[in-house]
Amino acid sequence: MPDLGPYAVPVLAAYAVSLSLFAVIVLSSWRSWIKVKRQLKEVEKNGES
Amino acid sequence: MSIWEYANPKKFSATVTPIIPWAFALGLGGLAVGLIWGFFFTPDDYRQGATVKIIYLHVPSAFLAINAWLMMLVTSLIWVVRRHHVSALAAKAAAPVGVVMTVMALATGAIWGQPIWGTWWAWDPRLTSFLILFLFYLGYIALWEAIPDPDTAADLTSILCIVGSVFALLSRYAAVYWAQGLHQPASLSLDAEENVADVFWQPLVLCMVAFGILFVALVLLRTRTEIAKRRIAALEARARRSEVRV
Repeated sequence: MPDLGPYAVPVLAAYAVSLSLFAVIVLSSWRSWIKVKRQLKEVEKNGES
Repeated sequence: MSIWEYANPKKFSATVTPIIPWAFALGLGGLAVGLIWGFFFTPDDYRQGATVKIIYLHVPSAFLAINAWLMMLVTSLIWVVRRHHVSALAAKAAAPVGVVMTVMALATGAIWGQPIWGTWWAWDPRLTSFLILFLFYLGYIALWEAIPDPDTAADLTSILCIVGSVFALLSRYAAVYWAQGLHQPASLSLDAEENVADVFWQPLVLCMVAFGILFVALVLLRTRTEIAKRRIAALEARARRSEVRV
């Protein structure tokens, strides 16, 4: 771990905020795709039967 | 072969499906390398100390916040001129990613500004134009959600996108041509004299490329999701019509 001196809190806070935001958008996008893909399969199956 | 072939939703989805996981892997891998390089293996700045490490998040997110809107402008204009649904859906898909980038740029800027400028926020031209851009993003997303007819929503959001482009461009050039605020001019420029030192520049460029690849991956994934939602709506409408006939 590098010595961040008096700036440890702002530097670590910036990384924590940014990586959390990245995680939110990536995970929510994948979750949404998985949910919609499942719905599409169901609707297509119902349409065929 | 023409690029307009990908305006076909089925062809677009089939083409991007194998690309998306690779784009995520490349983007996340590049980001991990760039951030580890920047955080652990670059020195402190002689004036700003360790806060310079925020540059690897702040500059790429600000760059993408502006360019995401410009990408939305291009796809919105394609919708207006050629009426390709995929382009309207790509603009819709990019907006939440743009919001996240704008929030990231504003948050890291405030966190960086507090120890260096002595304030979290100043009504500086670049900061203010970025805040307005953020509000435009929220308005754009709200407009898509507020209008039930997708074609009307695409038309109106395209107009909003064209208007908001003024603020996207203003955010980009405010610090250059309106040099009266706290914010410094651009950290990266084609003019070598204005760039940050090489030791910071190299991991910074890697982070910017990684952010760019992740942006593309997210937009492709979200556009594919929007196409699938549109297909569900069409199939359900067809099923309702056939029930009425019976």
